Amino acid sequence: MMLDIYDFYNRMERNNIMLSFKGDITSELLTSILQIMESKLENLQEEPKIKKKVYNVLVECLQNLYHHMDEQQTTDSNNRIRAAIFMIGKVDNQYNIITGNYIQNPNVNPLKTKLDHINTLSKDELKDYYKQVLDNGMMSDKGGGGLGMIDIARKTGQKLNYNFMPVDDALSFFTLNIKIAQS
Amino acid sequence: MEKIAIEGSPKTPTISFETDKGFLEIKGRSIPENSIEFYKPLVDALEKYASKPQSATNVNIQLEYFNTSSSKCILDVFKKLEAIHKGGSAVTINWHYEEDDEDMLEAGEDYQAIINVPFKMIQME
Repeated sequence: MMLDIYDFYNRMERNNIMLSFKGDITSELLTSILQIMESKLENLQEEPKIKKKVYNVLVECLQNLYHHMDEQQTTDSNNRIRAAIFMIGKVDNQYNIITGNYIQNPNVNPLKTKLDHINTLSKDELKDYYKQVLDNGMMSDKGGGGLGMIDIARKTGQKLNYNFMPVDDALSFFTLNIKIAQS
Repeated sequence: MEKIAIEGSPKTPTISFETDKGFLEIKGRSIPENSIEFYKPLVDALEKYASKPQSATNVNIQLEYFNTSSSKCILDVFKKLEAIHKGGSAVTINWHYEEDDEDMLEAGEDYQAIINVPFKMIQME
């Protein structure tokens, strides 16, 4: 066990992880994580532009997890509690935000289609698509408007890097890896 | 008519709506998980104000951060303002952004493209 932890530590060290969390995502937790990250970005003396971008993208990533968890207060066949994982690190002047959460198998394809569509769009097309969804899109009663992923793609200027790993008959594990480069 | 004064928090903006002066200001950060709940009192107040608005309505938007959940609610607020503008009160939306914050400027331009109300883009510092 001690060795495992050391190995874990080294991996996090190599990826320069600034903060990571695994567990239930609550509103209070998001408030704390955002406060911690804001002061870390402040201490790193990032230029305001990058600081804002990282903070904004972080908010969207974490709130995606939050809204998703909210919909899915279920346990799987082994009775594990559905939790999510989140990490943020900085390597070679590039911020990496990684999130992972369970997703029900029937929801995999619709989400994949949506992400693939976003990934085909140019900067200007993303702007138009954002406006279109903003103006016409339906909003869920929780306030998620389907804009989060489009916003992340717009703000980072990069393709959404994702993966779905099948877990069992009911669930897959969805990973999103967001990179924010310092221009 | 009822005024609105909402104190800001780490996740929600300060809102002041002085109906007697035709002045609305939203300032700070708007990143609540549930933005519909937060913006409902303002949207309701604008609905009431629309029936008897001042001759001019000035709107200051000065946001540091806002999430996509808020962006829909802000659009709802602007749609109410659009109706007020159509109804004869001259509405101006002053959209503030910090120097170098291209994302915030672009966000303002997105609204400007959707909403039929004069926007002023104001760079700070």
